[in-house]
Order: sequence, then structure tokens, then C-alpha cells
Amino acid sequence: MKKTNRRTFVAGASAAALLTGSRVAFADSGKKYSDGASDTEIKIGHTNPYSGPASSYGVIGKTLQAYWKSVNESGGINGRKVNFITYDDGYSPPKTVEMVRKLVEEDKVLCCFNTLGTPCNTAIHKYMNQKKVPQLYVATGASKWGDPKNFPWTMGYQPDYHTEGVIYAKHLLANVKDPKIAVIMQNDDFGKDYWNGFKEGLGKDAGKVVKHVTYETTDPTVDSQVIQLKDSGANVFFVIAIPKFAAQAMRKAGDLGWKPAIYLNNVSSSVTSAMKPAGFDNVQGVITALYLMDPTDKQFDSHPDMKTWVEWMKKHNAEQSLQDASNVFAYSVASLMHETLKKCGDNLTRENVMRQAANFQKFKLPLLLPGITVSTSPTDFYPIQAVQLSRFKGETWELFGDIMHAESS
Amino acid sequence: MEQFLQQLASGLANGAIYACVALALVMIYVSTDHLNFAQGEMAMFSTYISWQLMQWGLGFWLAFILAVLISFCMGVFIERVILRPLHHAPVLSIVVVFIGLLAICNSMAGAIWSYLIKEYPSPFPKAEFGIAGVIGPHQLGVVLVTLIVLSLLFAFFRYTPLGLAMRAAAQNPQMARLVGVRVDWMLALGWGLAAAVGAVAGIMVAHIVYLDPNMMGGILLYAFASALIGGIGNPGGAVVGGFIVGVLENMVAYSGNMIEKITGIYIIGNGEKLTVALIIVIFVLTLKPAGLFGRVVVKRV
Amino acid sequence: MFPKKWVLPLIVLAFVIPLLRPWMPEVVSNYRLFLVSTMIIASIAVLGLNLLTGFNGQISLGHSAFYAVGAYTAAILMDKLDMPYYATLPISAAVCYVVGWLFGKPALKLEGHYLALATFALALSVPQILKYKWLEDLTGGVQGIVLSKPEVPFGLPLTEDQWLYYYCLVVMIVLYWAANNILNSRSGRAMMAIRDYHIAADTMGINSARYKTVTFGISAAYTGIAGALSASAIAFVAPDSFSFFLSIKFLIGLVVGGVGSLAGSVVGGIFYVLVDNSAQALSTFVKNDLGLQFDLSAYTVFGILLIALMYMMPTGIVGGVYAIVQGVRRVRRPAASSSATSPVRDVAANQQRP
Repeated sequence: MKKTNRRTFVAGASAAALLTGSRVAFADSGKKYSDGASDTEIKIGHTNPYSGPASSYGVIGKTLQAYWKSVNESGGINGRKVNFITYDDGYSPPKTVEMVRKLVEEDKVLCCFNTLGTPCNTAIHKYMNQKKVPQLYVATGASKWGDPKNFPWTMGYQPDYHTEGVIYAKHLLANVKDPKIAVIMQNDDFGKDYWNGFKEGLGKDAGKVVKHVTYETTDPTVDSQVIQLKDSGANVFFVIAIPKFAAQAMRKAGDLGWKPAIYLNNVSSSVTSAMKPAGFDNVQGVITALYLMDPTDKQFDSHPDMKTWVEWMKKHNAEQSLQDASNVFAYSVASLMHETLKKCGDNLTRENVMRQAANFQKFKLPLLLPGITVSTSPTDFYPIQAVQLSRFKGETWELFGDIMHAESS
Repeated sequence: MEQFLQQLASGLANGAIYACVALALVMIYVSTDHLNFAQGEMAMFSTYISWQLMQWGLGFWLAFILAVLISFCMGVFIERVILRPLHHAPVLSIVVVFIGLLAICNSMAGAIWSYLIKEYPSPFPKAEFGIAGVIGPHQLGVVLVTLIVLSLLFAFFRYTPLGLAMRAAAQNPQMARLVGVRVDWMLALGWGLAAAVGAVAGIMVAHIVYLDPNMMGGILLYAFASALIGGIGNPGGAVVGGFIVGVLENMVAYSGNMIEKITGIYIIGNGEKLTVALIIVIFVLTLKPAGLFGRVVVKRV
Repeated sequence: MFPKKWVLPLIVLAFVIPLLRPWMPEVVSNYRLFLVSTMIIASIAVLGLNLLTGFNGQISLGHSAFYAVGAYTAAILMDKLDMPYYATLPISAAVCYVVGWLFGKPALKLEGHYLALATFALALSVPQILKYKWLEDLTGGVQGIVLSKPEVPFGLPLTEDQWLYYYCLVVMIVLYWAANNILNSRSGRAMMAIRDYHIAADTMGINSARYKTVTFGISAAYTGIAGALSASAIAFVAPDSFSFFLSIKFLIGLVVGGVGSLAGSVVGGIFYVLVDNSAQALSTFVKNDLGLQFDLSAYTVFGILLIALMYMMPTGIVGGVYAIVQGVRRVRRPAASSSATSPVRDVAANQQRP
């Protein structure tokens, strides 16, 4: 749908002229809109579990709401208010399909943003691309979201799990003498992706994995699994788990007197919800890959990004915890969306949203680790591809080594 | 061999958790004839209360006692206010009410205390007891506490007039009423006791699985299985059932592990351990349909 | 109890409404048709559970398992053998019938809570089995299977969602008609006799073991068909979609609609889909329009809704509405002393208190 507004022609045209690469918009006299965008409003859709077993992710949705509210309070984006519509899908793929169809067909959103969960996004992947509605910056690190050839309307956000797995594998091969590797993995899509990347990184050394066990999220504890792993005589322990189980696994390893070199997936790098519960004694020297600043990490206390964030949290999102890394995640991903829409200017078509999303050059996004930036292109749909390894020391993470890019790993 | 011992010990420790929650389930069943789906969430809520009390500066045991008392009152309150009007509703409708209660407890806890996982302290001294490398002090403590709660309940039902009255009220309400037992209050009392036992379970579990609003989700499933294996109306059976489920599950994983080690072929592993354990349990139940420790109820036609 | 004369007009209405799309595209939108399709699918699943629990008195917490088996059978046939979606329905039904029948055999020995445990175990294990290492090639493991939506055949001038709607509607009508016939036949009366008083039924010469296992099979087949339909409608299956909580949702649908009532299954199916959405709408309403400071989450509202509903209509919506209608009639015609027994029976009570 295309609507032009003659009265604001001059303003629109001059605004468009400022934009690079918006020749179409200029030729067409200023403003162009798809469904969900108008002179006064931009509609963004979102799904997130707020109920059921995955409700801990609800924090992300709430912080996103707070973010858009604060954007609207300070005048919106290019004079347009953001209408952020978020629905509960309970982390159930059929429900996600229902809710996303509602967003696209009933609410007529311009795009969907940060829909959460690998299976949930898989369920709507095809649909969004058939409907040609942007499915931007999804909240999952599966590697399949960066496939512009087959799915030009879907884009990921965080460094993908696959690459992260590769990085750990390379690091341990280079640093651990005679590695015998034990792996604990959450038995779902998320765990599988890490595991495949890890195996790929090991390459011909894949045989060095002496034991690989899985757990279900309904398991009360992973004690039994850790005992099996210890028994295998491994000296490297790769933990692919969400915070609760990662903490349990590392604590149990400590309790059993097993002291392997531990690699921990980024998902569980939060100091308050994983490292502290595991017991600081048990997690000294654990290695993980980071891309965001941890709010509980004291080294960032004086960083301007962190200061801005803390201030923002206190003012706009006071009921949420300042220690929760989910709030950092939500804030940073919302900033990226904000920037994308800002860049769209008055050309708020779905095509342009995708074009702008795929047109970031070394963009400095708030709360990313110093040195990590967002870069995308029409053939590169992975916004953040760099991570930095860090080692746990005392009560905090210590970054070490260079920033690692997926290409160079 | 070391692995075998460790698996056994960890199975017992997990079993103690299931047993504790199963005890609470049995309490409600014995006194009201209902299976309470919300039991786990109620226990979780009680645990948060104790956590909150500790945040306010109370010591562990004081917080423990207060939380158990508060939970008792909560249980009585729920029975008197929410379930009382539904006395004559069909059983399945009451199950739905329990599911509603579960949803409310879960989301309220999330709203009040957030979904971040929290550490929960262990009251047991770190090194003094427990067998190094096999079973930790807390695990051993949980096993002991479970057994203590069981014996207290046993003594209560067996040797106190109130316990007798409760049993009477559950088994034959009309007759109990005739001999002067206040049946209505006995039901409420049963709820209170169950909530209190649940609070103990939650507090014991929280150190192991960490405190979060969904911490009881998985455990409740296991506790159900435990309670049913032991014969749903039998507290002792529920405890044994809990240990059976805990140990059996680890043994399935252990033997799968051994098979893989020896033959190199993956047959069963951690993904299938619960399934296989349940299949074994159900197979046994088809042979002994009243539960392992349940009495066969003779029906009069 | 449901006036027979309404059935035909309702069906005609159900067929005509989607055709009004060109005139009122907002009211009869594709999304709404899709939503109604999911309601139809849910109501078939609830009907399956109702046949077992409502009419035969056997409790099941495991119907998510049959739903999953149905969905996966359909998905695998479509994915691996390129079978057309409509051809998968009978096969899914047959597979589920066999699974249900086999499961019903040992379950015969179990009653009440033990049956609940056994079915509960089934619900827990099916997602695990779907992830099982040696089945991964078939089931897609944790990643599941992505499918295509049913295409409109014969070049009919319909949208995909209209076609899906008709497809589900026809299946539902056939299944309801069949269920109605079964229940009004000798077998149906036997089923209910077993529920109400199985010892008496035994003495009358009803082979209760056979009826119970067959009912289990039929019930599983119904739910399996619903699963197969859902695989087509959602175009994606994954183990995560079939957790134990799905069984609980069917149970909620069953109880809220009305245990032992065919019309109740439809109501239950609608409720099952609507309740989540309405709970969320209600929670935003309370927050924004009533100006409540405290953030009442949708899950809390959901819980309160359930409890409130059970307070007002302990025998489900159909039972409640029936009681109201009877009440109104009695006020109007006090002379006519109709015996106002609710059609919805307290099956579970019979079942669990021997």
C-alpha cells in the first residue's frame, strides 16, 4: 500500500534527500508506507513467552515495552510514535503462528521484531517470508536466521550459537594439552546448534569428545549427567545449558572434586544468575565468549553506555532488576531496531526496513563490548558476529585476547 | 564402581526431593481425596516467603519456622475460601480449579520476586557430615529431613486425637460428623498440613535446584509418579516411591551408559531415562494395581 | 439436549460465512478463518478426550501424546513420502487407533489415579521418543519438520485459509456425526453403562474389557486426526509443541465445555483457543483502562478466569447454560414439572470413588 501526502511534500522531500540510497523515495515525492506505518505511527509486532515454563524470558518483553514507551515520550522516531504490540505465545510454536498471523493480518504491523525462541521462529519463518514481512533481530542464536538468499525477510541479532561453538573448539584445541572432552547439552534446537558448531570446530579431532550427555528442561537436576561425565575421565567440560542447569552442572563438578577446564556457553554468562549460584569457588577459570556488557560486572560501572543504561532503567523500567542481563539484551536490540527505523526516514516500506537493516557499517550499538560493532550487508544477515573470550576470575569476567570474528575463527 | 555409588547417592538425594513433595500430595489426598496440581507452586511460594524473611535479616531456622507457619495458614485459607464453595463440584472441575491456582501462584511469584534464579542457602554445615565425593552434606540433610517429616506425620496420625479425627473425617465424613468431628475444619487442617509439608519440601529443594518460580515444574511430575507408586493414600509409600523413582532413573541412565561403554552402541541415555523408569513403574503397577504399598480396596456392590 | 433443528442451519451458516469475504474482508478475514480452524481442530481433540473420559469414564492425561503421534504421522508422510495432506488423515487415525488400543490393553488393569499416572507417563515420554537418537532421521529430532500449507485444489477461487477452514469443518462434521451415531448405538450405550456402573454392565453381559480398549483406540484416533490437521494448519511440527501442558489444556477444554456432552466439546475447543488470547486482552484492559497500578499478568488472569468459571458453572459451560435455560423455563411454565437433570454428568466422581 502506498500513500502519498501532498501537503507535506516539501518536508518529506527534503528529509528524503538527506538519506543515502533513497532515490526511490525521492522520486516518489517523499513518503512511502507499507501496512503498519503512517504519518503518526509505526506498528511493531512481537511475541514472547510471558506464561508457562519459559516465562523467565518475559523480562525481555517488558523491557522492550518500556523502551518503546520511553522513545515515544521523547518524541518518537522521526515524529512518529511507536505502537509496540506484544503477545504471549507461551513458547509454543502453534501459538506463535496464531499470534504472528494476528500481528500481520489483523494488527497490520510494519514488521515483527525480536520474536523469541528457536522453535517459535522456525514455525513462522516460512510464513513471514511468503508474506514479505520483516522478521527482524530474532531473539535466538540459531545459525539459520542469516540466510538472505532463501529467506530475505528474516534476520538474526546475536552471534550465532554455531559460530560460538566453533570458537570454543578452536580455543581449546590450541590451549589444552591432550584434551579429552565432556559435553553436557540441553536436548533441543538450541543445544544442537552449539553442538554442531563445536564438532565442526573440532574437525578431525572430533574423536576427542569422550562423552556427550543431554538433559531435558524438565529434569530437576543434572547431577546424574555430571557424574557420568566425570567418570569418563575428561579434562575439558563444555557446558551447553541455560543458567539454572549450567550453575547446577558447574557446582556438581566442583562438589565431585572434578576440575576440568570449563567452557560455558554465552547464554549462561550472567554473573548473578549462573556464576554466583554455582559458587565462585567452582567457577574460577571458566571461559566464555561475550558480546554484551554484563550489568553485574564491575569493570563496566564507569562506562558511559552502562551509566546511560542504569539511568534509563531507573527512570523508565524501575520494576525490573538492574542485575538481569536480559534487560541489557533487550535494551541493545531495541536500540538497533530504533536506529534501523530512524534510518528509514519517511520511507517506511517493508522493503526499505529490510534494506536499512542490511546496511549497517560498523555501527556502534550501546552496551556491546568495546570494539564490537554491528555490520550487515545484503549478503550478510548476521548483525553481530564478533565475540571476545573472557575468563572468570574472583567475582567477575576478565576479557582476554582479541575480539574474534566469525570469519577469522 | 565409583560411578555406581555416586549415581546411587545422587538418586537417593533426588529421591528425597520427590519424596518430600509427594508427601505433601499425599497429605491432601488423605484428608480431602483430591490430587492437588498446585502443590508444587504453593511450595515454591512458601519458599519465596522464607527467602524474603531471610532477606529481611532473619536467621535460617527462624525464617524456616515462620514460613512453615505462614504456609499452614495459607493452606487453611485456600481451603476455606477457594475450595469450600466447590465441595459438591465434580472432581474434574476441582482439578481445573487447581490448575487455575497453579497459574496464579506461579505468575504472582514471578511478578513479586522476578524470574531471576536465586541462590538459596543450605542450613547444613559444609564439611562435617556427608561422605566426600559420594553424597554432599545438603543431600544427606534432605534425606534426613524427609525421614523426620515422615515420622512426625506418622506419629501425628497414629497417636494424637486430632490425627485420628482427621483420618476419620477423610474416610467416612458422615459417621465422623455423627461422633462430633468437625469435618469441615478437618479438611482445612489437612490443607494446612499439606501446605506446611510442601513448604519444608520447597525449602529443602531450593538449595539444590535454585529458587525460581518454575523450580517445581519438573519436580511435581516426579512427585506425582512417586506418590502414585507408593499408593496415593500412604505417606510411607510416597517416601519409598520417591526414592524408587530417584534411584531407578539414575540406574537406567547408568546402565545405558555402561552398555554404551562396553558395546559402543547407544541404546538408552539421559534423554530416555525418565521414560524408561516410568515404563518400568507402570509395568509393575499392572501387576500390582493398587500401588506397591496401597491396600487393595474391596468394593461392595 | 441440543435442539436438533438448529444443527442444519448452523452447518449451512458455517459454510456460507467464509464466502462473504469479498463483502466484509475485515470481519471474515483470513486470520479469523485460521483462528476458527484452530478452534475446530481443538474441538476435535477435546471430543476425542470426551469420548474416553466423558462417555466411558476413563481419565487420560496423555492425549497430547496421541495428538503428537497423529501430527508426526501426517508430517512424516508428507515430508518423506510426499503424500498429499488429505491422504494422511486416515493413516494418522489408524496409527493412533492402534497406539491407543495397545495402550488401552495394559491400562485396563489400572483405574482412576493409576490410569492417570500411566497416561501421564505417556504424555511425558512421547516428546522424548520423538527426540530419540535413532529416530532423528525420521522425526527431524529436536528441530522438527517444516511443512507446506495445504494448497487450494481444482483451481477453486478460495484463499488457503478458506480452504483450510472448509477442510477442517468437513472433517469435524463427519467426526461429530460418527461420534453421535456411536453414542446412540448399542456400543455407545454399553460404553456409558460401563462408565456409570461397570459391575452392573458386566453382569448384563457387556464385555467391558473389549469396549474399554476399543474406546481408547477410537478416542486416540479422534485426537490423532486433530493432530494431523494441526500439522497441516501450522505447517510445522516440533517436540516442544506437544508437552504435557497440552494434555492439561485438553482437560481444561473438556471440563470447561462440559464432560460427557458433544456440544460441550465444541465449546471446550473454542474456549481452549480463546482463553489465552482473552486473558491477555483482559490483563491489558485492567491495566490500561481500569488504571490498576499493579501489573496483573495474563497468566494470573487465566487462573482467575478458570476458578471463576468453575464457581459459576461447576459442570462446564454447556451444563451451566442448560441449567439456566431450565431455570428460565421453569419460571415461565411452573406447571410443567420437567426433571431438570443436567446432561453433564459427574463422571469422574463415579470413577474415582469406588
